Amino acid sequence: MKKVFKLQDLDCANCAAKIESAVSKIDGVEFASVSFMTSKMTVKADDDRFESIMDEIQRICRKIEPDCVIVR
Amino acid sequence: MTKKQKTLLIKIIAAAVLYAVGLLIPFRTAKTVLYIAAYAAVGYSVVIKAVRNIAHGQVFDENFLMLIATIGAFGLKDYPEAVAVMLFYQVGELFESVAVGRSRESVSQLINLAPDFANKKVGGEIVEIMPEEVEIGDTIVVKPGEKIPLDGKVVSGETVIDTSALTGESMPRELKVGDEALSGCINLGGVIEIEVTKEFEDSCVSKIMYLIEEASSQKAKSESFITKFAKVYTPCVVAAAVLLAVVPTIFTGNFTQWLSRALLFLVVSCPCALVISVPLTFFCAIGKASRSGILIKGSNFLEQLSKAKIAVFDKTGTLTKGKFSVQSVTPNGVGEEELTEICALAEGYTDHPIAQSVKQAYGKKIELDRIGNSAQLTGFGVKATVDGREVYVGNAKLMEQQKIEFTEKDSPFTILYVAVDGAYIGCIEVADEIKEHSAEAVGKLKKSGIEKTVMLTGDNEKIGRVIAQRIGIDEVHAGLLPSDKSQELKEIKKDGITVYTGDGLNDAPVIIEADVGIAMGALGSDAAIEAADIVIMDDDIAKIPAAVKISRKTMRLVKENIWFALIVKFAIMVLGAIGIANMWLAVFADVGVSIIAILNALRIQR
Repeated sequence: MKKVFKLQDLDCANCAAKIESAVSKIDGVEFASVSFMTSKMTVKADDDRFESIMDEIQRICRKIEPDCVIVR
Repeated sequence: MTKKQKTLLIKIIAAAVLYAVGLLIPFRTAKTVLYIAAYAAVGYSVVIKAVRNIAHGQVFDENFLMLIATIGAFGLKDYPEAVAVMLFYQVGELFESVAVGRSRESVSQLINLAPDFANKKVGGEIVEIMPEEVEIGDTIVVKPGEKIPLDGKVVSGETVIDTSALTGESMPRELKVGDEALSGCINLGGVIEIEVTKEFEDSCVSKIMYLIEEASSQKAKSESFITKFAKVYTPCVVAAAVLLAVVPTIFTGNFTQWLSRALLFLVVSCPCALVISVPLTFFCAIGKASRSGILIKGSNFLEQLSKAKIAVFDKTGTLTKGKFSVQSVTPNGVGEEELTEICALAEGYTDHPIAQSVKQAYGKKIELDRIGNSAQLTGFGVKATVDGREVYVGNAKLMEQQKIEFTEKDSPFTILYVAVDGAYIGCIEVADEIKEHSAEAVGKLKKSGIEKTVMLTGDNEKIGRVIAQRIGIDEVHAGLLPSDKSQELKEIKKDGITVYTGDGLNDAPVIIEADVGIAMGALGSDAAIEAADIVIMDDDIAKIPAAVKISRKTMRLVKENIWFALIVKFAIMVLGAIGIANMWLAVFADVGVSIIAILNALRIQR
């Protein structure tokens, strides 16, 4: 399943890159891309584990850029 | 400005005032207090973030670097410098955030094609509802000046529409009952009623917006390079800074001096200028292209297109109009007009594109009552009775079969021989018309650095050569079945990065095979949009060189920014190490370079 999420308050381009590479490494994530310019994250991941993967992504995001909120 | 940006601006102004007062008053203690207050005002958020990020295991981010640079200055009892550095850094941040916000906004305005509402007709009344709520089969009303909200068929009314938001084409199109109305176009003329054929999310406008938004997730190699580079770059510079603080001290002593030079390294080490400006350039370029009706499905395709060496075109519908027209009329014993008239009447009941071209050349209404029997002779032509006389129109084989004496014309095009009551009265030459701008576009492509142009066609070699020669195409691969074309492209591709342009209808496999596949005239054709990397909404071939131009400019700006940032940073690091550069220069290398790179990136919009 592929989904696109809006990232609120993504202010730093470097963080966007860091989030992208960290999310790509999560087990079960096939493809992840964070666009700093559109403030959007595209995630392609296993269907049945999508929710738990999203929780993991949220956790990683908070760690890298605490201001940034994923709009789910 | 957003609320966040406004708060930052207030902080900057407050700190600047405190700092200025601190510089002016002569009392030492008061000075120190003012400096610390200024630092706290403008820098506390940076300090908090730095500490928080370290707790999360995120070392070496901008906040952390600024924190150590300023703490170092405090340590060296250089309070004004600590404040100035932090102040300058925050001004840079503010600028960056405003510039990025602006370009986000301007691009999203460009691509904001979404209609806000639809007028649904319920009984005799019109109800305004969300486009998402309209169902297939509903009738909607579009008034003058309104955007067509969903795809459908015109069931009443007649108008002209402005398609420029989708195609970049400024000429309005006519729309009448039975025509397909595409969402995203603006109604310029009268009121029309449309029977909806697609739901909102399947409508043209939603698809295009989805494509553009999706484009930024397909990253170019230079984008990923920058991210990878940044990962290596920052730790390297930090290591160099540590060495610079420690090693010379062992030999010469004077730790403070070397420490201050090392701090300078840290400030320079932020890769922000690169990390922001590169995606910004791609983003603005995609936005700019989409405004002129060129949809680029990802930054990677923009990058590939800029490197393209070979341009391959499909003939029919791409370089030519896919519509036949009369090239020459050669009468034999009758007038030119009479020959055209007889031929057009004989073809009166035929809808073949070739027959259409003759009828168009005739220009008058076909009076069907002048035509008696009419029969198609498949593989030969037609036989018809016109004004009571027996007329044959067809190829040379037909003339031979009917044992009519005629002069065979040597031509690369299709020839229609016409005979009346067994006597040859002349021939008409018809050919697929070359698009007006084909030759110009091919010329421009060559000028911009495309080394070879190739045309693929299903027609015979003779026709292919003549058309290629007229347009200025280097190579012709003729006599190809649609299924041969992708094999042919595979061969061509071996010589360099290849961009292929076709109509996307029967050549989708070729488009997919190419390094960059362009579909033309794709407005309303989902298959073509799906297959292509770059979609040109109308069939204006001039947009291909335009797309190449944008791609080259984008890559030029990206490279300029990468080199500029690296050279400035490296130079300041060297100057800093030997003690010439001060902290001001270092902050310039960080914030100043970012600002210049952003401004340079924004030049793509012009």
